[in-house]
Amino acid sequence: HLATSLPLPSERDHLRPRIDLVVFMIDIKSKYSLKNVETSLAHVDGSFFLGKVCFLVTGVGRVNACSIETSAICKLGKTYCSPVLFCELELEGIRVATAQRLLRMLQICAGHIPGVSALSFVSLMRNSDDD
Amino acid sequence: MDDTVAEYIRRTVLKIPRDEIKMMLQKWGFLSEAQLQTLNFHQMKDNISQEVVQLCEENSADIKQAAVLDIIYNHIYQNKRMWSVYQMKKSAEELEYFDIKDFKKKFKRRLRSALKNVTITFKEYEDNAIWIRVAWGTPYKKPNQYKPSYVVYHSQTPYVFVSASVLKSNMPLLCQALIVASNYHDIREMELRSHSLNSLKDIVFKRYSQNFQTCTTKPLQGGNVELENADIRIIQENRSEKERIHRLNEEVFGSGPQPKLEFAQYRLETMFKSDPKMDVLDKKEPFRCLVKFSSPHLLESLKSLAPAGMADAPLSPLLTCIPHKARNYFKIREKKGLFPGSFVSP
Repeated sequence: HLATSLPLPSERDHLRPRIDLVVFMIDIKSKYSLKNVETSLAHVDGSFFLGKVCFLVTGVGRVNACSIETSAICKLGKTYCSPVLFCELELEGIRVATAQRLLRMLQICAGHIPGVSALSFVSLMRNSDDD
Repeated sequence: MDDTVAEYIRRTVLKIPRDEIKMMLQKWGFLSEAQLQTLNFHQMKDNISQEVVQLCEENSADIKQAAVLDIIYNHIYQNKRMWSVYQMKKSAEELEYFDIKDFKKKFKRRLRSALKNVTITFKEYEDNAIWIRVAWGTPYKKPNQYKPSYVVYHSQTPYVFVSASVLKSNMPLLCQALIVASNYHDIREMELRSHSLNSLKDIVFKRYSQNFQTCTTKPLQGGNVELENADIRIIQENRSEKERIHRLNEEVFGSGPQPKLEFAQYRLETMFKSDPKMDVLDKKEPFRCLVKFSSPHLLESLKSLAPAGMADAPLSPLLTCIPHKARNYFKIREKKGLFPGSFVSP
């Protein structure tokens, strides 16, 4: 399901399946994009932040066009205890690899991988934030 | 043939891309077809221009003919120049029959009475456009052929498009000559400038597709809205929002191509409104600020802002009023009186 912002339109509530993973896409070239994500985060139920939320930053290939600082995004990820992925959609290889990563995360969040749950992401994050 | 004329012709030919030289010389019509046949258009441009100058020498070209070649070049490459728009006002209401000979005579007489050293050249085109080239001199110097002004006048309209040379001091004289020749009584510069002459014409002649307020609330069919993927597994949650944005955009911009402008400039003379705690600019003076939007195609990029998710729809009327108000330079002052906020000054 693609949405431009949260909350989701209520008229489709009855048609929506269970949501296993929420990926917030931030375009590093647009401050408006970050602002939009920040306001949408307020509409997410707290239980999602146990591994079912992820930030995907796009457009990182164009170094000259960055409007948002990576420190701001990493801070966002830290505040919400959610992983931050960086990718460049214009390059097919990275696009495919990112899609595969997201798919793998989704499988775990949906409970399709025995022995691993979404809570694992939270503990993985704690370790990588040691600087 | 004068040396200065020869040099001018040589430099003008050098400006033309090699593949276009033959076509432009044919349009010029000063050299005969037989003479053109003798030219080798596959050699270096330097050599081509030398040969052209020699042929012109044979035909005894003078500055008048050279000026026509320059008009032809600038007519084809009109988008290299920056054009501004002037609007003339008539005092009398009756429409007078426009006589081109009379116009030319009056124009030349008016200019020459003020300044002896000018070169004035006219060329008419099929779309009723009269191109005027003026090379300016001083009472003591011959006209500078390398910095002429160009004027495009559509006789059935009160609009004149001017690409002034760097010598701006000649503008009042040029304006006077125009109103005298065309039987108007006043002329003013509009706040509208662009490189694309055709787009300026589109805007003032209202030839672009305009929006009309629609009263129907029927939503667009899904097929009209741009879909990134035909994959049916992707569900767009905000389809109705996307359609609303698309509809608003169509209402504001129309569905046709937009006139081509390169920038919009807003000069702010408003008060700085800050948080009282911030303690910035206590003095109640206007905060002077210039905001300039530039783009290879400003109006198309504004049109694509909301669908691309970069701005909320509807866009600020300060941006969307550009074609209707026929201006891309604005002065925004504080509105005094009943309504707080800013307004656009004429």
